Amino acid sequence: MYGLGLAKGLVVTFKNLVMPSRMVAIQYPDRKVGLLGLAKETGTNPLALLFKEPGQALKAMAGMATVSERLPQHARFRGEEFTWYEQRCTGCASCAKYCPLGIIEIVTSESGEQVQEGQKYNIDVFDIDIGRCMFCGLCVEACPYDALHMGSGFEEGTYRRADLVINKERLMKAPKRPSPWFRPQLAAAHFDPHKAKEGQDVEWSDAGRHEQPTLEEQEDKWAKR
Amino acid sequence: MEATVLKAGFDFTGIYGFFDDLLPESLDWLAYVIAAVILGAVLLNAIIISTALYTWFERRVLGRFQSRMGPNRWGPFGLFQPLADLIKLMTKEDTIPEGADRPVFTLAPIVFLVPALLVFSVLPFHSSSFIGKLNVGLIFIIAITSVNTLGVFMAGWASRNKYAMLGAMRGVAMLISYEVPMGLAVVGIALGAGTLSLSGVVLAQNIPFILVMPLGFIVFITAASAEMSRTPFDIIEADSELGAGYNTEYSGIKFALLQLNEFMAPLIVAALVTTLFLSGWRGWGPVPGPIWFVIKSFVIVLLLLWVRATWPRLRVDQIMGFAWKGLFPLAIINIFAMAVEFQVLRDDTTGALTTGDLWIMAAANWIITIVSLAVIANVLGQRKLRRPEPVPSQLANMFADRPAPESATQLSGEVD
Repeated sequence: MYGLGLAKGLVVTFKNLVMPSRMVAIQYPDRKVGLLGLAKETGTNPLALLFKEPGQALKAMAGMATVSERLPQHARFRGEEFTWYEQRCTGCASCAKYCPLGIIEIVTSESGEQVQEGQKYNIDVFDIDIGRCMFCGLCVEACPYDALHMGSGFEEGTYRRADLVINKERLMKAPKRPSPWFRPQLAAAHFDPHKAKEGQDVEWSDAGRHEQPTLEEQEDKWAKR
Repeated sequence: MEATVLKAGFDFTGIYGFFDDLLPESLDWLAYVIAAVILGAVLLNAIIISTALYTWFERRVLGRFQSRMGPNRWGPFGLFQPLADLIKLMTKEDTIPEGADRPVFTLAPIVFLVPALLVFSVLPFHSSSFIGKLNVGLIFIIAITSVNTLGVFMAGWASRNKYAMLGAMRGVAMLISYEVPMGLAVVGIALGAGTLSLSGVVLAQNIPFILVMPLGFIVFITAASAEMSRTPFDIIEADSELGAGYNTEYSGIKFALLQLNEFMAPLIVAALVTTLFLSGWRGWGPVPGPIWFVIKSFVIVLLLLWVRATWPRLRVDQIMGFAWKGLFPLAIINIFAMAVEFQVLRDDTTGALTTGDLWIMAAANWIITIVSLAVIANVLGQRKLRRPEPVPSQLANMFADRPAPESATQLSGEVD
């Protein structure tokens, strides 16, 4: 029948209008919410919110309140910040050697520790220039001690190029929420860095595929033969 | 003092009468001027503010139709967006291209805007007509909305831009074509109402004319939405083909005026359709007339938005064909049916139609509408494409006499 296609098109757009589930836009970085939305987001009921925080509630009723919203990411998303465990790192600089762009700079000095295992170095400089990084993850694959992991964030925009260089202090300070990408032990534990809350960081002892040998084990292996 | 104004009703005669009483006899002309200025200021501000709000509404609803959000950052629900747009357009540099026809270029937005505003001056928002009780309101509206065409061509020609020129030329062709069915649809109304005055048309609608002449309604709203040149009839400013058509070279305040006109167009069309087909300010219950007018206009605006959000742009030849092969015959059929029914049913002495007559006309016209729409659709509609068997080209048939290579047959066998 003539005109049926036109009517079908009208039905599709009308469904878009009346069905909120059809609106797929993610309101990055924040979403405007009404009173009910704000109450749902904070986990209280709207009336309680009205008495407890009248300012926020009024703002919400005027359509001005916002809650932050992010695009849901997969746990194995390769993010911008790297997660680095200095306890696991021996300073072998495998990551720097494997980096196709040569943007990891490592300066080490002798520490005299774990000489039998092949020497653990003091790490003086550990710089990653993520401004030039392509997040291929080869450094993470190359790390023999699981000391370097991909991060989970994507909001590292800065005003200066120099700020894009992640140095040792920043790596040590950063929350330890590594991406389970190329880290089956984290994936097996169902660790999701995007859902991890404050204090749910991965400890250095849990980040590796095997335990770091204790002094006794080393003696057993090397000295008491 | 205020009570007198209110009692007189907010129309020209009332305000003029109030100031006429106030001023001495020799200053009658001043009372006239004051009344005109007051009414003009109120009407202009009402229209322009509602247009500004409508831009927000249109963008929000259009967004929802297309699974988007629309403007929602500035102010509650993005309500201050028109203000931000206005400030942005006002502060932009107002450029005039080198070699442009400067007076015409400057005049074009005004030629656009003034007729659009003038339409509102004769529309009855209330039982006591708002400004002008013009006894040839229908003709005035048809005439004044045609001036738009001149504005399009002025803008396109003065810009000295090929895109603007092309858009203006095909736009003028389209606008003039759609004037014809629009005017003819209005003839049906004049027949049904027995008057050319818009107040008279509203008073004659004991049944809304959308029921009496559905064919006229379809023709009028289609032609009118082509007149306001929006999707699916936006060949004037087809963004993907012409940049922006006639307003390519405009910026700053002139562009703001063009945009104002573009966003005012749906409001004008909705107000016209409400007056002509939905019995204007007339309604039921204690709700006052202007509120009914706004509600009905709102429904029409939503309908126009819905169509705009859904249907893609027609090709130039399809648009012209639709006007001349589709709407024109339909309008003629409408006039013919109305004329015959009018001749048969009217009171012989007064020439008036009763409500009962209107119901009979409605019944007959619905049948005529369905039949004529089906016929026109079958004439215009694409028949099932009966394509001839494709004739392989000489080049493709070069090796037809040779046996196919073995590997090829094997491959095709695997696929099967």
